[in-house]
Amino acid sequence: MNQADTAWMLTSTALVLLMTPALAFFYGGLVRSKNALNTMMMSFISLGFVGVLWAVLGYSLAFSEGTNWVGGLSNAWLAGVGLEENGTIPHLLFMAFQGTFCIITAALISGAIVERMRFSAYVAFICLWALAVYAPVAHWVWGGGWLADLGALDFAGGTVVHVNAAVAALVAAIVVGKRQEYPSSSLLPHNVPFVLLGAGLLWFGWFGFNAGSALGANSIAGLAFVTTMLAPAATLVVWSFLDMFRSGRPTAVGCATAIVVGLVAVTPAAGFISPMSAILLGGLAALPSYVIMAIRARSALDDSLDVVAAHGAGGVTGALLTGVFADMSLNGVADGLLFGNPGQVGIQAAAVAAVIVYSGGMSFVLLKVIGLVIPLRTSESDESTGLDITQHGEEAYMHVGGTSSRGHV
Amino acid sequence: MKLIKSIVRPNKVDDVKDALAKLSISGMTVTEVRGHGKQKGHTAIYRGKEYNVSLLPKMEIEVVVPDAIADDAIRAIVEAAKTGEIGDGRVFVLPVLESHRIRTGEKES
Repeated sequence: MNQADTAWMLTSTALVLLMTPALAFFYGGLVRSKNALNTMMMSFISLGFVGVLWAVLGYSLAFSEGTNWVGGLSNAWLAGVGLEENGTIPHLLFMAFQGTFCIITAALISGAIVERMRFSAYVAFICLWALAVYAPVAHWVWGGGWLADLGALDFAGGTVVHVNAAVAALVAAIVVGKRQEYPSSSLLPHNVPFVLLGAGLLWFGWFGFNAGSALGANSIAGLAFVTTMLAPAATLVVWSFLDMFRSGRPTAVGCATAIVVGLVAVTPAAGFISPMSAILLGGLAALPSYVIMAIRARSALDDSLDVVAAHGAGGVTGALLTGVFADMSLNGVADGLLFGNPGQVGIQAAAVAAVIVYSGGMSFVLLKVIGLVIPLRTSESDESTGLDITQHGEEAYMHVGGTSSRGHV
Repeated sequence: MKLIKSIVRPNKVDDVKDALAKLSISGMTVTEVRGHGKQKGHTAIYRGKEYNVSLLPKMEIEVVVPDAIADDAIRAIVEAAKTGEIGDGRVFVLPVLESHRIRTGEKES
């Protein structure tokens, strides 16, 4: 067991856990104030339910040996997961680190269905999804499953986390349906400073997400750290120019979005590509996401917080560009197209396609099954009143003197 | 008694308060409001989509004054709140039937 590796992984796990509250702020600031708490709760609640489920069953399904498709039950209830080494860190710590990934992946989905999904149905969905979708996909790529055998490169979860969640989000947005008022220009962020705060904390935590995926305090962690710093920077630059070209002014919401897009895109590539490649990757990743966001805004699809544009397009772009920029002289694993191995792009595409099909199909089934027992949406009048009051009996903002923003004491 | 309801630019509230204080009018109620007369709004952008913000932030100042000083009060408010640009606001005058002080229960007329 290596003390430096363990110290870094302890830190990384905490950093990644912080990303879920950060996501709560990012998403929370983007919705109307009457739904702020509900939106943030959709992230926070994942820390509870998915956190526990991961320890009890999820870890085993993802990382124990099992088959090529899913792990088994040998580590259920953390049996066999103790203080002993797993790599150079305690096995328990590896489990915890991976758990923080599952928690945030589930929470990411909420962005597509904010302001109208029934909270109980949402919680039921993410519980089942974590076990039936996240764990198997993680197994395929990181648990010794078939995508690992295929040679798919996913350093920190571009496919396992982002494409996976984005497809589930797309399906959820379609199955749950659009908000009553969509599309309307009154659906505006109530707290853009929160969005910026969330983006900043996400970037901070993402150093744990990416550099921590090196599973050690080593040079690859250093590489992943630097690519995680540079790629979103490049995305932000390109996005600012896109905003200025399109509407004359760079926006704060655009800035926060760009940062997230860049981070998503570099996630599969972080420890596989050079820093200069990371700048190119980040800059290029701005384009598909920007375009898809613009198209979505004019479409009938109420993917309210653009999970598909940020995590879907960003994840797919990042996964494919990993197949372009991967440099074996840096990562010791594989080369990409630019280093003489064009086949890698095909492998990346295959992995992405497989996850899209599985996550999409399974998410659809889960939502339909849950919908038989619990209505997926709140009632129309509850949706109008606001989900903070109707789902949680709380208001986010009480004015001076104890009066609520709804005008009663 | 008259209720003088003024809608002014937010950055003019202090000037109006000072002008009224010079007339010994210190009781007032101030509310944050949104609205417009002739003033055009501005365009804002969210995720690349432009939208028009036409309800602009203003401040509403209400004072209740004896009839005798109502005209002076209105003049003071207009002078203090004016910039000469569209969007300076308006002053409305309404009659007040009664006024009761809560602390003592007295009625003033």
